[in-house]
Amino acid sequence: MKISLAAAILAVAVVLAIAAPTFFSFANQRDLVLANMPVLIVALGMVLVILTGQIDISVGSQFAICSVAAGVFAHMGLPTPLAGAAACLAGAAMGAINGALVAYVGIPSIVVTLATMVALRDGLRWVTQGAWVQDLPPDFQWFGQSQTASEIITIVCAAALMVGVSWGLRNLAAGRVVYATGSDPNAARLMGIDPKRVVFAVFVITGALTGFAAVFNAVRFHQIPSNAGMGLELKVIAAAVVGGVAISGGRGTVGGTMLGLLLLGVIGPALTFLGFSAYWERAIEGGIILAAVSLDALRVRSRSHAGIVSAQRA
Amino acid sequence: MTLLSAVAIAKSFAGVQALKGVSLELRAGEVHALVGENGAGKSTLIKIVTGAVQPDSGTLTVEGRVVQHQSPAHAKSLGIAAVYQQPALFPDLTVAENIGLALEGAGVWRRVDWDARNRLARELLERAGADIDASRTVATLSMPEQQIVEIAKAIGAKAKILILDEPTASLTEHEVERLFRVIRALRDGGNGIIYISHRLEEIATIADRVTVLRDGQSIATRDLREVEPAELIRLMVGRDVAAVFPKREVPIGDVVLEVRSLQSRAIRDVSFSVRRGEILGLAGLVGAGRTELAETLFGLTPVEGGEIRLHGSAVRIQSPPDAIELKIGYLPEDRRQHGVVLEMAIAANMSMASLGAVSRNGLIDGGAERRLARRLVDQLRVKTPSLYAETGSLSGGNQQKVSLARWLAIAPDVMILDEPTQGVDIGSKSEIHQMMVELAARGMAIVMISSELPEILGMSDRIAVMRAGRIAGELSRAEATQERVLALALGHA
Repeated sequence: MKISLAAAILAVAVVLAIAAPTFFSFANQRDLVLANMPVLIVALGMVLVILTGQIDISVGSQFAICSVAAGVFAHMGLPTPLAGAAACLAGAAMGAINGALVAYVGIPSIVVTLATMVALRDGLRWVTQGAWVQDLPPDFQWFGQSQTASEIITIVCAAALMVGVSWGLRNLAAGRVVYATGSDPNAARLMGIDPKRVVFAVFVITGALTGFAAVFNAVRFHQIPSNAGMGLELKVIAAAVVGGVAISGGRGTVGGTMLGLLLLGVIGPALTFLGFSAYWERAIEGGIILAAVSLDALRVRSRSHAGIVSAQRA
Repeated sequence: MTLLSAVAIAKSFAGVQALKGVSLELRAGEVHALVGENGAGKSTLIKIVTGAVQPDSGTLTVEGRVVQHQSPAHAKSLGIAAVYQQPALFPDLTVAENIGLALEGAGVWRRVDWDARNRLARELLERAGADIDASRTVATLSMPEQQIVEIAKAIGAKAKILILDEPTASLTEHEVERLFRVIRALRDGGNGIIYISHRLEEIATIADRVTVLRDGQSIATRDLREVEPAELIRLMVGRDVAAVFPKREVPIGDVVLEVRSLQSRAIRDVSFSVRRGEILGLAGLVGAGRTELAETLFGLTPVEGGEIRLHGSAVRIQSPPDAIELKIGYLPEDRRQHGVVLEMAIAANMSMASLGAVSRNGLIDGGAERRLARRLVDQLRVKTPSLYAETGSLSGGNQQKVSLARWLAIAPDVMILDEPTQGVDIGSKSEIHQMMVELAARGMAIVMISSELPEILGMSDRIAVMRAGRIAGELSRAEATQERVLALALGHA
């Protein structure tokens, strides 16, 4: 899976290198990376959620609220780090609502997060009346640093988070517990794990990470739109799925997701550079997602066939 | 007149011979009981008669005609209907709709004649002796009411051959009486009824003849007027040459686990104790409450009364982590569903219940985990190419060993094994038995649930027999025989 993904990315890169070498200009690369940073950070949370067999389609709405919250707190005069922390807390709180409804009330996560997606987005629209947060204090933008310094901070933080989550999933007991919960919640329970707590926790973590991503995104602009993060959930889930994270839970890695994100991230700009209409972007993304899940389904079926046959004992 | 005859039916599943030549003859106007221990082959035989499963060899004849290829649809057209313990009705549809769906002609575009459908449902329910409103949703019916609806369906289908699989398991005495009236009416109308039950006294009341199955073979068919319950039990257990079990006498120490008047969802007033080094066999029929007892001890089912004592003091077990903390291990019955995480590596599965031992501050020590897994793989002789192979790629016996290994890693004081060798190959089975003996010798107290009488008799120091949620009796190793255990399990002691 990862090898075919890497090959696909390489193929796109080679085509671009020949047809549009300017794609690899430093400025373009930097823009591309920065634009994808929020997606990357939210994807780290989404991987955890999907690994436990759940899904969170409300991250886009959470992102919008966290962005606006960060701006409003900064506007109120809170120092930028505190405003950022408050935004993360807001994200964690929204994640806790999702998590509690899924884990402890027992509502399917697709239903819970569909409801919170709509409710949070429209609640925000109602509160802000669609207005953007303007007149941000000067030390908010770029964290009060130079633009370059701020960009470096962003990339370093995102990279640290990525390495941290990836390493944690492999080396921490908590990571094992996430995989076990997603693979087989009953077996996990019999091993002394509390699957409900695990599910609750991954939603909270995803909320907090979404807040984090929102802050890093907000500081790049003069003003904060109240409709930020539209469609973010799709990008994030697509990256995870293309990266080989099983939607049924229990299987997948951060590394794979990052490759998925990379492929989906370069496809759009690549099309533009090659002179295709931007309208093709979404269609091709959809095609890639279908191809990835189909390949995965075929692989799982061929592998588990023998097991199903031998299990048929009355 | 013979309605149905099955001759020398054989069937194996994935190398396990479930039926080795079963013959059964059902006459018109008789209730024919089918009895046998758990796993004797009753369910498989029924599945073959109803076309759910194809036999490997043997002949099935219905009303004098040989059935070449049985399928559920063909069985239905031959007038064969089965009512299972768990009714197969659509829970969100009404009784009338369920009956209509089963009996009315097919055709997606036909119009439903609601009046006719309701009338038919009412009439059939009445003939089945039930007082059920046909417009009720099936989900609101009790289990016995659902069974009656199934019987009504069978009557409506003009079934000549009706198979009832443990129909009285969840019925009250009054409901049983009503069911028997319906069965007698059907019998007197010239139908043949195959009646599967563990309740010998019931069989004596309702059945005309009985066929005993044991280990996939039909042992005998007797007229109920000429057979005593004791003889039936003797026929059911047979005189098998006992397999060789690696049982070894080890010194038995103090009481480790004691249960006093324990109550929970499916168990009533259960008391027993297990000592250091002792293997307590827990026998009983499927549904007697053995698994529920294990789940209660492991914190999966809430305790509703009584107490659990460990090393002499009362403990509260409200969740599996509580039980693990108290050093109780539980190897669940369904390995594929609950025993191991099939997608995870062998080493990860083995360290799962003892993550604390191989990690520090939540950080897993890869080296410690590898050493633990290596030790357990060697100790249990798990056949695997690598410690990091996916557990799902192993054979059933080896998966079971991985599941067991997980508990050995935390060295529990009490180990509950639920059907530890079910569906496991002979070689692994004997290795698991060997392991149990070694664990007992090291001072572990073991509670072993098993439906296999030779295993119970061969491995246990003491045997507690459960029946209908209670302990029906306890037998020492010396006084236990297959007949005595089965008599207790059946309520004929």
